[in-house]
Amino acid sequence: MNRTVLDLWVGLFVIAGIGALLFLALKVGSMSTVKAGSSYDVVARFDNIGGLKPRAPVKSAGVVVGRVADIRFDNETYEAAVTLRIDKRYAFPKDSSAAIMTSGLLGEQYIGLEAGGDEHKLEDKDRITLTQSAVVLENLIGQFIYGKAQEGAPQ
Amino acid sequence: MPRRWIEGLGRRTIEGVWRIGFAARFFGVMLLHSGTAFQRLGLTIREMYFSGVLSLTIILVSGLFVGMVLGLQGYDTLQRFGSESALGTLVALSLVRELGPVLAGLMFASRAGSAITAEIGLMKATEQLSAMEMMAVDPIARVVAPRFWAGVISMPLLAALFSAMGILGGYLVGVRLIGVDEGTFWSQMQGSVDFTQDILNGVVKSVVFGVAITTIALFEGYDAPPTAEGVSGATTRTVVTSSLVVLALDFVLTAFMFRGTN
Amino acid sequence: MQHDTLVEIRDVVFGYGARPVLKGVNLTARRGQVVAIMGSSGCGKTTLLRLIGGQVRPRQGSVRVAGESVGELDRAGLYRLRRKMGMLFQFGALFTDMPVFDNVAFQLREHTDLPEDVIRDLVLMKLDAVGLRGAAELMPSELSGGMARRVALARAIALDPMLVMYDEPFAGLDPISLGVTGNLIRRLTDTLGLTSLLVTHDVQESLKIVDYVYFVSDGIIVAEGTADEIRASTLPYVHQFVHGESDGPVPFHYPAPTYAEDLRLGAQRA
Repeated sequence: MNRTVLDLWVGLFVIAGIGALLFLALKVGSMSTVKAGSSYDVVARFDNIGGLKPRAPVKSAGVVVGRVADIRFDNETYEAAVTLRIDKRYAFPKDSSAAIMTSGLLGEQYIGLEAGGDEHKLEDKDRITLTQSAVVLENLIGQFIYGKAQEGAPQ
Repeated sequence: MPRRWIEGLGRRTIEGVWRIGFAARFFGVMLLHSGTAFQRLGLTIREMYFSGVLSLTIILVSGLFVGMVLGLQGYDTLQRFGSESALGTLVALSLVRELGPVLAGLMFASRAGSAITAEIGLMKATEQLSAMEMMAVDPIARVVAPRFWAGVISMPLLAALFSAMGILGGYLVGVRLIGVDEGTFWSQMQGSVDFTQDILNGVVKSVVFGVAITTIALFEGYDAPPTAEGVSGATTRTVVTSSLVVLALDFVLTAFMFRGTN
Repeated sequence: MQHDTLVEIRDVVFGYGARPVLKGVNLTARRGQVVAIMGSSGCGKTTLLRLIGGQVRPRQGSVRVAGESVGELDRAGLYRLRRKMGMLFQFGALFTDMPVFDNVAFQLREHTDLPEDVIRDLVLMKLDAVGLRGAAELMPSELSGGMARRVALARAIALDPMLVMYDEPFAGLDPISLGVTGNLIRRLTDTLGLTSLLVTHDVQESLKIVDYVYFVSDGIIVAEGTADEIRASTLPYVHQFVHGESDGPVPFHYPAPTYAEDLRLGAQRA
């Protein structure tokens, strides 16, 4: 085969391959792994994190502002210590609250950040004190049945 | 006779270890003599045509079909839980993390790997490699190394194309045919596919597969007995060995890469 | 005369694994000669060429080409020496993925920085010398056996070597190609000032063109001489070989021990 034709084909192949990689990077994935240096970590403690996993999104007003970097069990307080890695572009007041939410009834769990009113902003290694644990379906059902039983009980 | 049998087992083990040793040495020599493959880029580009461009058809077509099947099956399963919205996530994650690199690797092994083994084996059987050596040209540098690097460069590109085609196939079936909401499909995908965690790890996988497949193919060809049966046996071994190695490596790499995440 | 001798093999012993192939061979080729090494199949003729080309090293004895001891050269030295050697393999061993022109140009492109138009002239010259200038654009698969061998010859002389080795140049050729190839070897040796070393079992064709003949049998030189001496030889082995008689006294004894040895080897391996 002619050398230039061959070069042309290989050139097209490489362009297509890199195009596919770009498609994957831009259209399929989100360049959301916030790079070190452009993010800050805050810790939030929860009584129960339900099915929260590392890398779950951290959303505020429905917008992804960061990711769950780490989940640990604190053996002194018996709480889950969740490290949130938040993009530097987004600053939150110190008294913001974190809640574990579920997208849909059975969907993936994420952390919702609710902005507070403090003038000071959260900084690296800060703690979010106001937290709301995951809604555990079993507990919910248990409460519901208990409530029904109470209602129906003879006065 | 049990003694015979044990002797046979012992001999085969020893031969196997010898071969692994030879292959490792071959790999080292190939890396050492890789200078030519980069100094004379034309050689490598030529081989990229044979291993990369000529594998395009099978990669693109199979990628499209795998994606379409994923769309159908994924939708069928997800809709039972009312989670059709996760179809994009399912299709993209399975392709980018696993199916893209692995299936593209298997296709590459059977399309390009077997061709490399047959070509090198025939060059050996017809004394072309000896002739080259007698002309004071090192066949490892001139013939083997360019094919190696061409394979290593082609493989991630092919895997990316496979994944991209697959996602397109999943989109066609899921959104166009079944009617999953287009916005949900893409946004769910983007929300859960991470660049470094998923896409970059997929690329790393495909590069590792490329190294493994081309090394096996080249070694089998170079080591093939210089006869017709020898070359055909080596070609079969290339496809079998490199397919198994791809699957085994995939497990090992997955265990390392996605440990600690879901 | 030291500079008159191009290839000098002294007391060379060589074997593959436990099987001895050469058991003390002495051989000399002078510059400008066509020297033939003859013998029945599998007697170690090709191994001799591999020793001279440095593809294998002798266990004992020395192989000297142009004064350099081939067995002791390092890789770079060997490659330097090989540029001055050409080798014609049994079936040509042309590179099947490139046309005839590129095959002949291969060494020029690998080893020199000559501009492409000079390479073109040189290649066409070499191809013309073997009568195949018209076939420059053909692929090796489109050539007949005889043509392939002539192209391989053109490739072997591309860098104007001092020594050209031929491994069975006459095997599998029709009578016309046989004569063409034989004459070509003689003519190129004379016009280009080469030295040719020929390994063959085609007695009649090679006796027409060679200056000196060595007979190898069972790892040693059993006879040597000029073409006329060989033709007139009364040694039973040579006589039988030259005249192609199936019933001769010496060879009948020779295969027996090697066969037995083979059998014993086979028994050990199983």
